[in-house]
Amino acid sequence: MNVELPARPKPESTINRPVIADCDIHPCLARPADILPYLPKRWQEHAMTYGMLPRHGYQSGPAYPKGQPDAARLDSWPPDGRPGSDLSFMQAQHLDANRVELGIMTVIAPAAGAAQNLDYSAALARALNEWQVAEWTSKDTRLKASIVVPYEDAAAAAVEIDHWAGHDAFVQVLLLSRTAEPLGQRRYWPIYEAAQRAGLPIGVHAFGYGGYPVTAGGWPSYYIEEMVGHSQCCQALLTSMVIEGVFERFPGTRMVLIEAGLAWLPSLCWRLDKHWSRLRDETPHLRRAPSNYIRDHVWLTTQPMEEPEKRKHFHDIVEWIGIDRLLFATDYPHWDFDDPLWAVPVKLDDGARQALFLDNAKALYGRR
Amino acid sequence: MNAGMAGGIDCDLHPAVPGIASLIPYLEPQWADAVAQRGVHDLEPTSYPLRAPLTSRPDWRVAGAKAGSSREQLCAQALDGFGSRAGILNCLYAITTLFSEDMAAAFARALNDWLAAEWLDKDARLRASIVVPVQSPELAAAEIERRAVDRRFVQVLLPCLADQPLGRRSLWPIYAAAARHGLPVGIHAGSTYRHPVTPVGWPSYFTEDYVNQAQGFQTQLTSLVCEGVFSKFPTLRVVLIESGFTWLPAYLWRLHKYWRGLRMEIPWVDRPPPDIVREQVRFTLQPVDTPVEGDALLRILDQAGSDELLLFSTDYPHWQFDGQYALPPLLPDSLKTKILIDNPLATYPRLKEDFA
Repeated sequence: MNVELPARPKPESTINRPVIADCDIHPCLARPADILPYLPKRWQEHAMTYGMLPRHGYQSGPAYPKGQPDAARLDSWPPDGRPGSDLSFMQAQHLDANRVELGIMTVIAPAAGAAQNLDYSAALARALNEWQVAEWTSKDTRLKASIVVPYEDAAAAAVEIDHWAGHDAFVQVLLLSRTAEPLGQRRYWPIYEAAQRAGLPIGVHAFGYGGYPVTAGGWPSYYIEEMVGHSQCCQALLTSMVIEGVFERFPGTRMVLIEAGLAWLPSLCWRLDKHWSRLRDETPHLRRAPSNYIRDHVWLTTQPMEEPEKRKHFHDIVEWIGIDRLLFATDYPHWDFDDPLWAVPVKLDDGARQALFLDNAKALYGRR
Repeated sequence: MNAGMAGGIDCDLHPAVPGIASLIPYLEPQWADAVAQRGVHDLEPTSYPLRAPLTSRPDWRVAGAKAGSSREQLCAQALDGFGSRAGILNCLYAITTLFSEDMAAAFARALNDWLAAEWLDKDARLRASIVVPVQSPELAAAEIERRAVDRRFVQVLLPCLADQPLGRRSLWPIYAAAARHGLPVGIHAGSTYRHPVTPVGWPSYFTEDYVNQAQGFQTQLTSLVCEGVFSKFPTLRVVLIESGFTWLPAYLWRLHKYWRGLRMEIPWVDRPPPDIVREQVRFTLQPVDTPVEGDALLRILDQAGSDELLLFSTDYPHWQFDGQYALPPLLPDSLKTKILIDNPLATYPRLKEDFA
């Protein structure tokens, strides 16, 4: 629902805004054809003739119509092109206005890793990575990129990670959450091996389309169900990562769950620990309780931040997860953008604020 | 016995069908013939591998037979053992997984009649849930009509994960029939395996399957709320059984936030989802997914904002706790009484008739 707010007397000053890291910014192609110059001719033709062939029913657009066009803030449309496609507009509206010192870009559309033709998936991932350098990180050093990979073909994904390893522009590997199989399964292990080799965190952003129903009980009817369901989906993929032993096998893995909320994590940890303890003869490859692996290997971005009915309960969540594992994110330019001034429902102490809004991200994404 | 637990109502007990042959006396002739002619096998669900540690506490196993298959043992251990005044039988024999609607309806009739004759007739403390062929909402509603006349059936039982999300309109004849008879709808952990038990595909380990039931319940609650089941049937109570509940506060915060942003999509949801859940949804106690030590459970209950949500259960014979610790010891006594007695009586009108 869009509501016209009365004009504010004057623009909010940026003076009182703290410097932040934003760990989920979505740059976007102004037009789909803008990626063509970055693709080899063979794949340019494929893109124009056959396209993505996503594992859902529409050639373009999402399976569930969004709440508003492009799922974007209505004020985020630049004069020409789509929200998130114009660097100078993004700088003025977001990077400068919100004092973003470090912006982690996550390109989720087109969802290159979800293309059914795996060769096209690899070509499109490479093209998007080159586009990120050419159009974004080389023009604004505050912005850092995530390596888009053809994750359903882990060998090709590892090649893509190796290709960019050590490049200043790239600070993480990016997967989408709804994969063809649970992300802990061994078909994906070459990705974790390559990321570990490159010293890069693995970011897993909500969305994608693996082909299975987006709930374990079948296809729901509504976009709101899809959106709320990203939390359950990420719980499932994290469960797979832990129980399959990914963190045991690749101890250098640092995993960031992006745009799936955070408050669900403590309960999942308790449930995992309890039932792993009862059934542990099934998973002898695990040497520690699931929550221990999660505490050591998993970070979460905050947007969309849960809003407790009683605000004070947010402190419980932060205490249970650990402030050092939370990364502030806005999700610019999307409609459910979290404003850094207003998003956190409680007053955190200065140290916690500094960690959440800046230091955790710099530590995680800084060069090692 | 834990003295503080006397008189409770156990809302999740699992009687086991000893084998498919046990149902033959209760099947109509053509279906009894089919069992022999076609070699219909036992219908134990994949959701509870018979020998898995979760499926039965060591001291609750039955020598040479399935845990939960002995009525005498169940009543002695689950009812006498905890001093419970009554218990609700939720039979998980996987009728709802059959692909033939007719076969499912026939087996559901037989199973419910077996429950009445072999269990309810023989111990006055026992009550049961009506197993229905969810594969066909019309036939499921017919089974509710057939069995609801026996007031010892106090609930309609659905599996957590089936063909389609449980809020979908085509399933509403089931909710209409349940509401008509004042029967809560109980949704129990488990899947009919029509879809992978996760939204991202089939997991490798049973541990994942069971952990993911909680996420399945979350998406089903989203479906029930968003499709408007609670708006359409304002007197309906839904009980999530063996769902875990410590996920509830964080889940509601997220659902509530998106409802505020997207309620134009589902305008029939005319109340905040947390209010709907506190009014119309209940949870059985076990498993309690928090550490035994520490105050996490109390803080979760404070976050949930109601002392009326939980219904006592041992989940017999499933191995969720040891000894007598069905009720977490650190709960305040007033809350224990609500969980043991008051909340079950308020949730199940038919229990109130006989056990108040």
